[in-house]
Amino acid sequence: MTEAAVSPAPKARATARRPDSIRLLLNNSLATGGFFILVTMALVALAAPFLPLADPDVTAPANRLMPPFSPDHFLGTDALGRDILSRIVWGTRVSLAVGLSATVIAAFFGSLIGLVAGYAAGRVDSVLMRGIDMIMAFPYILLALAIVAVLGPGLLNALYAIAVVNIPFFARSIRGITLGLSRREFVDAARLSGKSNAQILFIEVLPNVLPVIIITMSTTIGWMILETAGLSFLGLGAQPPQADLGSMLGEGRKILFTAPHVSVVPGLMILVLVMSINLFGDGVRDVLDPRLKSGVLTRPVARTTVDRKDASSGLKPRADAILDVQDLRTEFHLGGTVYKAAGGVDLHLAQGECLGVVGESGSGKSVSAMSIMGLVPSPPGRIVGGAAFLGNEDLFSASDERIRQLRGADVSHVFQDPLSTLHPLFTIGDQLTEAILAHRQVSGSEAMKIAEDLLNLVRIPNPSERLKVYPHELSGGMRQRICIAMALANDARVMIADEPTTALDVTVQAQILSLMNTLRHERDAAILFITHDFGVVSAICDRVAVMYAGKVVETGATQEILNSPAHPYTAKLIDCVPVLGEPERRLDAIEGRPPMVNNLPQGCAFADRCPKAQADCRAAPIPVTEFAEGRSVRCLHPVKEGEHV
Amino acid sequence: MSEPALLTIDRAERVFGGGRTIFGMPKPAVHAVQDVSLEVRKGETLGVVGESGCGKSTLARLIVGLDRPTGGSITLDGRDIVQDADKNPRKLARKVQYVFQDPVSSLNPRKTVRTILTAPLIHLIGLNRQGQERRLEELMEAVNLTPEFLDRYPHEISGGQAQRIGIARALAADPEVIVLDEPVSALDVSVQAQVLNILDDLKTRFGLTYVFISHDLSVVESVSDRVAVMYFGRIAEIGPAREVFRNPNHPYTHLLLQSAPAPGRRSLVPEDANTELPDPYNPPPGCAFFARCPNATGRCGESRPALEAKSGEATHLAACYHPHGGKEE
Ligand SMILES: Nc1ncnc2c1ncn2[C@@H]1O[C@H](COP(=O)(O)OP(=O)(O)OP(=O)(O)O)[C@@H](O)[C@H]1O
Ligand code: SF4
Ligand code: SF4
Ligand SMILES: [Mg+2]
Repeated sequence: MTEAAVSPAPKARATARRPDSIRLLLNNSLATGGFFILVTMALVALAAPFLPLADPDVTAPANRLMPPFSPDHFLGTDALGRDILSRIVWGTRVSLAVGLSATVIAAFFGSLIGLVAGYAAGRVDSVLMRGIDMIMAFPYILLALAIVAVLGPGLLNALYAIAVVNIPFFARSIRGITLGLSRREFVDAARLSGKSNAQILFIEVLPNVLPVIIITMSTTIGWMILETAGLSFLGLGAQPPQADLGSMLGEGRKILFTAPHVSVVPGLMILVLVMSINLFGDGVRDVLDPRLKSGVLTRPVARTTVDRKDASSGLKPRADAILDVQDLRTEFHLGGTVYKAAGGVDLHLAQGECLGVVGESGSGKSVSAMSIMGLVPSPPGRIVGGAAFLGNEDLFSASDERIRQLRGADVSHVFQDPLSTLHPLFTIGDQLTEAILAHRQVSGSEAMKIAEDLLNLVRIPNPSERLKVYPHELSGGMRQRICIAMALANDARVMIADEPTTALDVTVQAQILSLMNTLRHERDAAILFITHDFGVVSAICDRVAVMYAGKVVETGATQEILNSPAHPYTAKLIDCVPVLGEPERRLDAIEGRPPMVNNLPQGCAFADRCPKAQADCRAAPIPVTEFAEGRSVRCLHPVKEGEHV
Repeated sequence: MSEPALLTIDRAERVFGGGRTIFGMPKPAVHAVQDVSLEVRKGETLGVVGESGCGKSTLARLIVGLDRPTGGSITLDGRDIVQDADKNPRKLARKVQYVFQDPVSSLNPRKTVRTILTAPLIHLIGLNRQGQERRLEELMEAVNLTPEFLDRYPHEISGGQAQRIGIARALAADPEVIVLDEPVSALDVSVQAQVLNILDDLKTRFGLTYVFISHDLSVVESVSDRVAVMYFGRIAEIGPAREVFRNPNHPYTHLLLQSAPAPGRRSLVPEDANTELPDPYNPPPGCAFFARCPNATGRCGESRPALEAKSGEATHLAACYHPHGGKEE
């Protein structure tokens, strides 16, 4: 139990993260541009009293409507002869102050309502949110007008109106997030640590909501400035002679054709101000919540990029294998780091055979399996070496069209979560027939008939009725059976099953396992079965491949591996699982944890945890040795029969 | 049986929903926990097994006061937990603690391990700065982590380490009972063994009492002194772990044991796939296992069997009219 001692020093620390966000923000040139324009404008506006500007409110009828670039009046004068440059600077000052204060007020009250409603839930939530709904029921600007009408025109009242109108916006988004967070286990944990509700809400929940509040603020402030300008434009905000961008625009409107600069200048100013705030706000949002970033939600390419640098063309498929994966290398390139998720994986499957792939999470089981049909998302994933032969065909050099034909037909998949395969809005029948029609030239009614046979095949009672139901109307075990039916729809030669029973209860798991076992014998289909459970392996797999840190470290027949594991890792892995009926057995934990695949050692990846490790283990990559018929191991000092490690 | 029970659950019931809508229509009710009675003695580990939705987690939340029973009582050391949870939740939290299933989501992502572990020290036992430091050191030592971890954030530690922090937090106020809800289900097997060994070590060191909830029969068998099998909100069978696993009385326990995969077990005995599970909104009048049970007779569908000793052992009870290897009624 020395895990703590061997674990690497923390890489990314809180203090080190902050400069990162700022750097990220600076990388976004639009946001940076917006930020600098904004800062410049804010500084000028703040410095207005100290700048050598004319008094913005002093009228000089003699100098009225002077054009821009006149001496003494760089941007000209308005209808009362006031200096426009000075008024713009002072007006920006007012608009910024009003927009900012309105945002802060709206954010404060809106977030408070949202936090309390989301956390208290139940009746409090209903009352608060119905109140918010009532505010939202009015058209936005009408409500602001109504509030100003009641309070009377004036800049401060316009500010209140804008703030009130925006409260629901904050309340709603914050409530949603708080609701989700309040159901999280850390809130229960805080309660059991003795914290009161107020402490939980403001010390535990609020810090998690804060980024969202900031994002919402940065994206609303521009909007609020625009609204203030709108009210002032209508004469309800800033009152003469006070300068405000909106009122300046309003005053200039009447003389738009005779003296366009009087309205164009404040108009442009509003445009630049709001644009810069929004660009900066978007940048802030992208940094604080990368998931919302535009473009991120687009689908990755439909097939993993294949970029084989080495001479993989020399590889030849085995004669007896239906699927033969050789030296598969799949990497993820993330921000300059390379994760070698699969670092030379060899797997092969004979017709009708079930091969179990076992290993801890992160050992590369799923990536290896997904690489075969190009299902690893690209970017960031890419296949950089090796080959996968289906029969004699190298899948990595096949065309996209060919891969599309093979997927769901010759090679099919079953995943851990059936809901990731089934579409919630279509009936089982629709989805099954679609899968059939995608690969076969049959009529709709024939496809329906086939679908019914498939449900019979996977032992679903009353298939004709079940075809009409939606996935959510079925139990987890039923859904998984539907997924298996779908995988079998087009007579797959190979079925890739990724932890298909992990999410199921033991009794249902037993049903699914025996179903898969029966079906593969009936149909002579090969199964690549990924699991972390040796018990499951015993129940269905003929052979096992044990994976560790992106490589297969041992292969052999299931019984032989269980009885006499050759790799020290396999031996220890078997020893640390409690076995039903042997409660007295001491659990032999493996100390430490696997190395990260972005920082693999030169020699054996298991050496740090291995009781048999010697100097030569760390010197060079460990080759695979075939030490008996069908048994191979990647170890220099394998465990001998009867030896205990 | 000589020692009096530390934790006594008497006919506990928790119904979700129910009542009427504002239009007077009855709202559907789910009986998540029904008529559950059991005792846990000081220093023992009670395992609770059952499939998803059988009410294990609800029962666990009742015991730590995170949820209130709608009927029955739960007492700890003779004191009513429900009253304590309302009046003095901190006092209850000093005695009963909880370890969550998902280690990562039970830690606030924006707090350091130090802040997380200090909270119970401040709020539950009111330690001063110095005392806190000392206790933090003890706790980290107890769960086998170096103090360096105190300054990390939850996303900077592995699942197994996070679960050890969760255990340390539960230990912080020196409780008597710890309820562990699927504490190792989210962990890899090698890490699972580390955590199970730590739990075992802590139990003897601090004289703890565990209620250990899991769907994994082999894990429950390896940690429990006694085990309760739950089905559809009720206890189907309860008794000494050795007895229940070696000589299951209830057909459901039997089915669970036969379905569990084990290394070296070549074929599992699957149940007929056509069986239907009972509908929680419309519970069957008789035995809830009736539709799935190979031993069922007409009587089972009509009335519900009581939890009684079936195999001659007074400590081994099952709720079944036709138990396996036991006497018929
Ligand atoms: N807040 C709730 N509202 C309504 N029903 C609930 C609620 N919590 C639990 N239930 C229901 O109570 C029953 C028991 O739930 P519980 O989570 O206690 O089961 P479990 O055995 O722990 O399940 P799992 O192993 O999946 O976590 C289920 O039918 C569940 O849907
Ligand atoms: S090669 Fe060496 S370090 Fe690696 S598993 Fe074998 S004995 Fe252990
Ligand atoms: S009471 Fe009847 S139906 Fe219920 S478990 Fe026993 S035999 Fe089966
Ligand atoms: Mg649960």
